Amino acid sequence: MEFLLQASWSPYLVGAAIGVLSWLSFLISRKALGTSTSYARTSGMILEKYDPERVSTLKYYQKYLPLVDWQWMLVLGIILGSFISALLSGSFSLHFRPPTDYISFLNQSGAGRFISALLGGIFIGFGSRFSGGCTSGHGISGTLQLSISSWIAAICFFIGGIATALLIY
Amino acid sequence: MRKENNIRLLKGLITGIIFGFLLQRGGVTSYNVIVGQLMLDDFTVVKIILTAIIVGMVGIYALYDLDKIELSPKNHSLRRVIPGGLIFGVGFALLGYCPGTIAGAVGQGSLDALIPGLAGIIIGSGLYAFFHEKFGEFFDRGRLEKPRLPDYLGVNHWKVVIPAVIILAGVLIILELI
Repeated sequence: MEFLLQASWSPYLVGAAIGVLSWLSFLISRKALGTSTSYARTSGMILEKYDPERVSTLKYYQKYLPLVDWQWMLVLGIILGSFISALLSGSFSLHFRPPTDYISFLNQSGAGRFISALLGGIFIGFGSRFSGGCTSGHGISGTLQLSISSWIAAICFFIGGIATALLIY
Repeated sequence: MRKENNIRLLKGLITGIIFGFLLQRGGVTSYNVIVGQLMLDDFTVVKIILTAIIVGMVGIYALYDLDKIELSPKNHSLRRVIPGGLIFGVGFALLGYCPGTIAGAVGQGSLDALIPGLAGIIIGSGLYAFFHEKFGEFFDRGRLEKPRLPDYLGVNHWKVVIPAVIILAGVLIILELI
Protein backbone atom coordinates (compact mmCIF):
# COMPACT_ATOMS: atom_id res chain seq x y z
CA MET A 1 0.00 0.00 0.00
CA GLU A 2 2.83 2.33 0.90
CA PHE A 3 4.16 1.84 -2.59
CA LEU A 4 1.00 3.47 -3.96
CA LEU A 5 1.62 6.56 -1.85
CA GLN A 6 5.28 6.97 -2.79
CA ALA A 7 5.89 10.31 -4.51
CA SER A 8 7.97 8.88 -7.32
CA TRP A 9 8.60 5.51 -8.90
CA SER A 10 11.66 4.24 -10.71
CA PRO A 11 11.71 5.30 -14.38
CA TYR A 12 12.41 1.68 -15.28
CA LEU A 13 9.27 0.52 -13.50
CA VAL A 14 7.20 3.28 -15.07
CA GLY A 15 8.67 2.62 -18.51
CA ALA A 16 8.07 -1.12 -18.26
CA ALA A 17 4.50 -0.50 -17.12
CA ILE A 18 3.92 1.82 -20.09
CA GLY A 19 5.30 -0.90 -22.35
CA VAL A 20 2.83 -3.38 -20.88
CA LEU A 21 0.06 -0.81 -21.22
CA SER A 22 0.93 -0.65 -24.93
CA TRP A 23 0.42 -4.40 -25.26
CA LEU A 24 -2.95 -4.15 -23.54
CA SER A 25 -3.93 -1.17 -25.64
CA PHE A 26 -3.26 -3.10 -28.85
CA LEU A 27 -4.99 -6.22 -27.53
CA ILE A 28 -8.06 -4.68 -25.96
CA SER A 29 -8.60 -1.52 -27.99
CA ARG A 30 -6.71 -2.23 -31.21
CA LYS A 31 -5.08 1.14 -30.66
CA ALA A 32 -1.58 2.42 -30.06
CA LEU A 33 -0.93 4.95 -27.30
CA GLY A 34 -0.92 8.48 -28.70
CA THR A 35 -2.37 11.90 -27.95
CA SER A 36 -1.80 14.60 -30.53
CA THR A 37 -4.67 13.63 -32.84
CA SER A 38 -7.07 14.49 -30.02
CA TYR A 39 -5.88 18.09 -29.93
CA ALA A 40 -6.42 18.31 -33.69
CA ARG A 41 -9.98 17.04 -33.26
CA THR A 42 -10.57 19.52 -30.43
CA SER A 43 -9.40 22.39 -32.61
CA GLY A 44 -11.96 21.23 -35.15
CA MET A 45 -14.69 21.06 -32.53
CA ILE A 46 -14.01 24.62 -31.44
CA LEU A 47 -13.73 25.94 -35.00
CA GLU A 48 -17.03 24.22 -35.81
CA LYS A 49 -18.84 26.38 -33.30
CA TYR A 50 -17.81 29.50 -35.19
CA ASP A 51 -17.59 28.34 -38.80
CA PRO A 52 -19.03 24.87 -39.45
CA GLU A 53 -18.88 25.35 -43.23
CA ARG A 54 -15.14 25.92 -43.15
CA VAL A 55 -14.50 22.84 -41.02
CA SER A 56 -16.53 20.62 -43.31
CA THR A 57 -14.48 21.71 -46.32
CA LEU A 58 -11.00 21.52 -44.83
CA LYS A 59 -9.35 18.25 -45.91
CA TYR A 60 -7.66 17.87 -42.57
CA TYR A 61 -10.92 17.74 -40.65
CA GLN A 62 -12.34 15.29 -43.13
CA LYS A 63 -9.48 13.03 -42.26
CA TYR A 64 -9.55 13.79 -38.53
CA LEU A 65 -13.21 14.34 -37.75
CA PRO A 66 -14.01 16.67 -34.86
CA LEU A 67 -15.51 14.02 -32.62
CA VAL A 68 -14.87 12.48 -29.23
CA ASP A 69 -13.11 9.15 -29.78
CA TRP A 70 -11.01 6.56 -27.93
CA GLN A 71 -7.92 8.71 -27.95
CA TRP A 72 -9.77 11.85 -26.86
CA MET A 73 -10.96 9.92 -23.82
CA LEU A 74 -7.40 8.72 -23.28
CA VAL A 75 -6.20 12.31 -22.99
CA LEU A 76 -9.04 13.06 -20.57
CA GLY A 77 -8.02 9.93 -18.69
CA ILE A 78 -4.44 11.19 -18.42
CA ILE A 79 -5.68 14.29 -16.60
CA LEU A 80 -7.69 12.12 -14.19
CA GLY A 81 -4.99 9.50 -13.67
CA SER A 82 -2.39 12.13 -12.97
CA PHE A 83 -4.75 13.81 -10.53
CA ILE A 84 -5.34 10.56 -8.66
CA SER A 85 -1.62 9.86 -8.51
CA ALA A 86 -0.82 13.38 -7.32
CA LEU A 87 -3.53 13.21 -4.68
CA LEU A 88 -2.41 9.81 -3.37
CA SER A 89 1.23 10.83 -3.17
CA GLY A 90 0.62 14.30 -1.82
CA SER A 91 2.15 16.05 -4.79
CA PHE A 92 -0.91 17.94 -5.99
CA SER A 93 -0.28 21.66 -5.97
CA LEU A 94 -1.84 24.54 -7.82
CA HIS A 95 0.65 26.89 -9.37
CA PHE A 96 1.15 28.94 -12.49
CA ARG A 97 4.90 29.36 -12.64
CA PRO A 98 6.37 25.85 -12.44
CA PRO A 99 9.11 25.44 -9.84
CA THR A 100 12.36 24.97 -11.74
CA ASP A 101 16.16 24.95 -11.54
CA TYR A 102 16.42 26.42 -15.02
CA ILE A 103 15.99 30.12 -14.55
CA SER A 104 15.03 32.31 -17.46
CA PHE A 105 12.79 35.34 -17.92
CA LEU A 106 10.51 32.85 -19.66
CA ASN A 107 9.61 31.08 -16.45
CA GLN A 108 10.26 33.46 -13.58
CA SER A 109 7.50 35.99 -14.16
CA GLY A 110 3.83 35.35 -14.83
CA ALA A 111 3.99 37.20 -18.13
CA GLY A 112 7.13 35.37 -19.23
CA ARG A 113 5.62 32.00 -18.42
CA PHE A 114 2.41 32.93 -20.22
CA ILE A 115 4.36 33.74 -23.37
CA SER A 116 6.61 30.67 -23.26
CA ALA A 117 3.70 28.31 -22.58
CA LEU A 118 1.51 29.83 -25.29
CA LEU A 119 4.25 29.96 -27.91
CA GLY A 120 5.59 26.57 -26.89
CA GLY A 121 2.09 25.12 -27.07
CA ILE A 122 1.56 26.50 -30.56
CA PHE A 123 4.85 25.00 -31.75
CA ILE A 124 3.98 21.66 -30.14
CA GLY A 125 0.51 21.64 -31.67
CA PHE A 126 1.76 22.55 -35.12
CA GLY A 127 4.86 20.36 -34.95
CA SER A 128 3.01 17.30 -33.69
CA ARG A 129 0.43 17.48 -36.46
CA PHE A 130 3.02 18.32 -39.11
CA SER A 131 5.12 15.32 -38.09
CA GLY A 132 2.06 13.17 -37.54
CA GLY A 133 2.58 12.34 -33.88
CA CYS A 134 3.99 13.21 -30.48
CA THR A 135 6.33 11.68 -27.88
CA SER A 136 3.75 8.94 -27.23
CA GLY A 137 2.55 8.36 -30.77
CA HIS A 138 5.91 8.52 -32.52
CA GLY A 139 8.29 8.33 -29.56
CA ILE A 140 6.84 5.21 -27.98
CA SER A 141 4.21 3.56 -30.18
CA GLY A 142 5.85 4.23 -33.53
CA THR A 143 9.36 3.37 -32.41
CA LEU A 144 8.37 0.11 -30.71
CA GLN A 145 6.74 -1.00 -33.96
CA LEU A 146 10.02 -0.17 -35.71
CA SER A 147 8.41 2.49 -37.86
CA ILE A 148 11.28 4.30 -39.62
CA SER A 149 9.48 7.66 -39.78
CA SER A 150 8.73 7.48 -36.06
CA TRP A 151 12.36 6.93 -35.14
CA ILE A 152 13.33 9.92 -37.27
CA ALA A 153 10.55 12.02 -35.75
CA ALA A 154 11.58 11.10 -32.20
CA ILE A 155 15.20 11.97 -32.90
CA CYS A 156 14.13 15.33 -34.37
CA PHE A 157 11.97 16.04 -31.29
CA PHE A 158 15.06 15.74 -29.17
CA ILE A 159 17.46 17.54 -31.51
CA GLY A 160 15.04 20.48 -31.67
CA GLY A 161 14.35 20.36 -27.96
CA ILE A 162 17.93 20.06 -26.79
CA ALA A 163 19.21 22.79 -29.12
CA THR A 164 16.44 25.16 -28.05
CA ALA A 165 16.83 24.43 -24.34
CA LEU A 166 20.58 24.92 -24.39
CA LEU A 167 20.04 28.22 -26.20
CA ILE A 168 17.40 29.70 -23.94
CA TYR A 169 18.19 28.48 -20.42
CA MET B 1 -21.35 16.10 -29.71
CA ARG B 2 -20.34 13.37 -32.10
CA LYS B 3 -18.60 10.41 -30.55
CA GLU B 4 -17.60 6.80 -30.89
CA ASN B 5 -19.55 4.11 -29.03
CA ASN B 6 -19.50 4.15 -25.25
CA ILE B 7 -17.53 0.95 -24.70
CA ARG B 8 -14.77 2.29 -26.90
CA LEU B 9 -14.79 5.57 -25.00
CA LEU B 10 -14.61 3.76 -21.67
CA LYS B 11 -11.64 1.68 -22.82
CA GLY B 12 -9.88 4.88 -23.87
CA LEU B 13 -10.64 6.55 -20.58
CA ILE B 14 -9.33 3.67 -18.48
CA THR B 15 -6.20 3.36 -20.61
CA GLY B 16 -5.64 7.08 -20.15
CA ILE B 17 -6.16 6.98 -16.39
CA ILE B 18 -3.49 4.30 -16.05
CA PHE B 19 -1.18 6.16 -18.43
CA GLY B 20 -1.68 9.45 -16.58
CA PHE B 21 -1.04 7.81 -13.21
CA LEU B 22 2.21 6.32 -14.51
CA LEU B 23 3.38 9.56 -16.12
CA GLN B 24 2.76 11.54 -12.92
CA ARG B 25 4.39 8.90 -10.73
CA GLY B 26 7.33 8.78 -13.08
CA GLY B 27 7.82 12.51 -12.62
CA VAL B 28 7.50 13.47 -16.28
CA THR B 29 4.48 15.69 -15.81
CA SER B 30 6.91 18.19 -14.36
CA TYR B 31 8.32 21.15 -16.31
CA ASN B 32 11.59 20.87 -14.41
CA VAL B 33 12.06 17.20 -15.30
CA ILE B 34 11.36 17.74 -18.99
CA VAL B 35 13.55 20.82 -19.30
CA GLY B 36 16.12 18.93 -17.21
CA GLN B 37 16.13 16.19 -19.84
CA LEU B 38 16.53 18.66 -22.69
CA MET B 39 19.37 20.30 -20.78
CA LEU B 40 20.90 16.81 -20.54
CA ASP B 41 20.97 16.97 -16.73
CA ASP B 42 18.17 14.58 -15.85
CA PHE B 43 17.61 11.50 -17.95
CA THR B 44 14.31 10.40 -16.42
CA VAL B 45 12.38 11.09 -19.63
CA VAL B 46 14.72 9.07 -21.85
CA LYS B 47 14.92 6.23 -19.31
CA ILE B 48 11.14 5.93 -19.27
CA ILE B 49 10.81 6.14 -23.04
CA LEU B 50 13.58 3.64 -23.82
CA THR B 51 12.32 1.14 -21.22
CA ALA B 52 8.80 1.46 -22.62
CA ILE B 53 10.14 0.85 -26.12
CA ILE B 54 12.13 -2.24 -25.05
CA VAL B 55 9.26 -3.85 -23.15
CA GLY B 56 6.68 -2.71 -25.68
CA MET B 57 8.61 -3.89 -28.73
CA VAL B 58 9.20 -7.43 -27.49
CA GLY B 59 5.63 -7.91 -26.30
CA ILE B 60 4.01 -6.35 -29.36
CA TYR B 61 6.03 -8.40 -31.82
CA ALA B 62 5.36 -11.56 -29.79
CA LEU B 63 1.63 -10.81 -29.86
CA TYR B 64 1.90 -10.09 -33.58
CA ASP B 65 3.54 -13.47 -34.20
CA LEU B 66 0.78 -15.14 -32.22
CA ASP B 67 -1.76 -13.40 -34.49
CA LYS B 68 -3.31 -11.65 -31.52
CA ILE B 69 -2.82 -8.11 -32.83
CA GLU B 70 -2.33 -6.10 -35.98
CA LEU B 71 0.35 -3.46 -36.26
CA SER B 72 -0.42 0.14 -37.11
CA PRO B 73 2.92 1.77 -37.84
CA LYS B 74 2.90 5.40 -38.77
CA ASN B 75 4.08 6.27 -42.24
CA HIS B 76 4.52 9.98 -42.68
CA SER B 77 6.90 11.36 -45.29
CA LEU B 78 10.32 12.61 -44.24
CA ARG B 79 9.27 16.01 -45.61
CA ARG B 80 6.80 16.14 -42.74
CA VAL B 81 8.54 14.24 -40.04
CA ILE B 82 11.83 16.16 -40.05
CA PRO B 83 10.61 19.77 -40.02
CA GLY B 84 7.59 18.79 -37.93
CA GLY B 85 9.80 17.03 -35.43
CA LEU B 86 12.18 19.95 -35.13
CA ILE B 87 9.32 22.43 -34.67
CA PHE B 88 7.87 20.13 -32.02
CA GLY B 89 11.27 20.14 -30.34
CA VAL B 90 11.35 23.93 -30.13
CA GLY B 91 7.93 23.89 -28.52
CA PHE B 92 9.00 21.09 -26.20
CA ALA B 93 11.76 23.28 -24.76
CA LEU B 94 9.62 26.42 -24.52
CA LEU B 95 6.55 24.78 -23.07
CA GLY B 96 8.30 22.17 -20.95
CA TYR B 97 5.61 19.59 -21.67
CA CYS B 98 4.48 17.42 -24.57
CA PRO B 99 0.85 16.71 -25.59
CA GLY B 100 0.63 13.72 -23.24
CA THR B 101 2.52 15.08 -20.24
CA ILE B 102 0.71 18.42 -20.45
CA ALA B 103 -2.56 16.64 -19.69
CA GLY B 104 -0.79 15.06 -16.75
CA ALA B 105 0.52 18.44 -15.66
CA VAL B 106 -3.03 19.80 -15.67
CA GLY B 107 -4.07 16.90 -13.46
CA GLN B 108 -1.44 17.68 -10.87
CA GLY B 109 -2.31 21.36 -10.61
CA SER B 110 -0.03 23.10 -13.11
CA LEU B 111 -2.22 25.97 -14.26
CA ASP B 112 0.27 27.10 -16.92
CA ALA B 113 -0.36 23.73 -18.57
CA LEU B 114 -4.07 24.47 -18.72
CA ILE B 115 -3.99 28.08 -19.86
CA PRO B 116 -2.11 28.92 -22.02
CA GLY B 117 -0.46 25.51 -22.57
CA LEU B 118 -3.44 23.47 -23.76
CA ALA B 119 -4.83 26.51 -25.54
CA GLY B 120 -1.55 26.85 -27.42
CA ILE B 121 -1.53 23.21 -28.49
CA ILE B 122 -5.10 23.43 -29.74
CA ILE B 123 -4.32 26.67 -31.62
CA GLY B 124 -1.19 25.16 -33.15
CA SER B 125 -3.11 22.07 -34.22
CA GLY B 126 -5.75 24.27 -35.83
CA LEU B 127 -3.11 26.29 -37.65
CA TYR B 128 -1.77 23.07 -39.09
CA ALA B 129 -5.19 22.21 -40.52
CA PHE B 130 -5.03 25.38 -42.60
CA PHE B 131 -1.37 24.84 -43.51
CA HIS B 132 -2.23 21.34 -44.60
CA GLU B 133 -4.97 22.59 -46.90
CA LYS B 134 -2.47 24.66 -48.87
CA PHE B 135 0.73 22.65 -48.59
CA GLY B 136 -0.28 19.19 -47.45
CA GLU B 137 0.07 17.58 -50.84
CA PHE B 138 3.64 18.82 -51.32
CA PHE B 139 4.79 17.66 -47.91
CA ASP B 140 3.03 14.31 -48.12
CA ARG B 141 5.10 13.23 -51.08
CA GLY B 142 8.00 10.85 -50.71
CA ARG B 143 6.47 8.43 -48.26
CA LEU B 144 8.41 5.23 -47.69
CA GLU B 145 6.94 2.20 -49.43
CA LYS B 146 7.87 0.01 -46.50
CA PRO B 147 7.28 1.94 -43.29
CA ARG B 148 8.77 -0.62 -40.91
CA LEU B 149 12.48 -1.31 -40.71
CA PRO B 150 12.25 -5.15 -40.92
CA ASP B 151 10.21 -4.88 -44.15
CA TYR B 152 12.53 -2.18 -45.47
CA LEU B 153 15.53 -4.44 -44.87
CA GLY B 154 13.65 -7.55 -45.95
CA VAL B 155 14.37 -9.49 -42.81
CA ASN B 156 12.38 -11.23 -40.11
CA HIS B 157 11.47 -8.71 -37.42
CA TRP B 158 13.31 -10.52 -34.65
CA LYS B 159 16.53 -9.83 -36.57
CA VAL B 160 15.85 -6.17 -35.87
CA VAL B 161 14.08 -6.41 -32.51
CA ILE B 162 16.83 -8.33 -30.75
CA PRO B 163 19.73 -6.05 -31.76
CA ALA B 164 17.51 -3.02 -31.06
CA VAL B 165 16.74 -4.23 -27.55
CA ILE B 166 20.41 -4.93 -26.90
CA ILE B 167 21.45 -1.47 -28.12
CA LEU B 168 18.71 0.33 -26.18
CA ALA B 169 19.50 -1.65 -23.03
CA GLY B 170 23.14 -0.75 -23.54
CA VAL B 171 22.23 2.94 -23.70
CA LEU B 172 20.26 2.62 -20.47
CA ILE B 173 23.20 0.93 -18.74
CA ILE B 174 25.54 3.69 -19.90
CA LEU B 175 23.08 6.32 -18.63
CA GLU B 176 23.06 4.64 -15.23
CA LEU B 177 26.82 4.57 -15.05
CA ILE B 178 27.60 8.17 -15.98
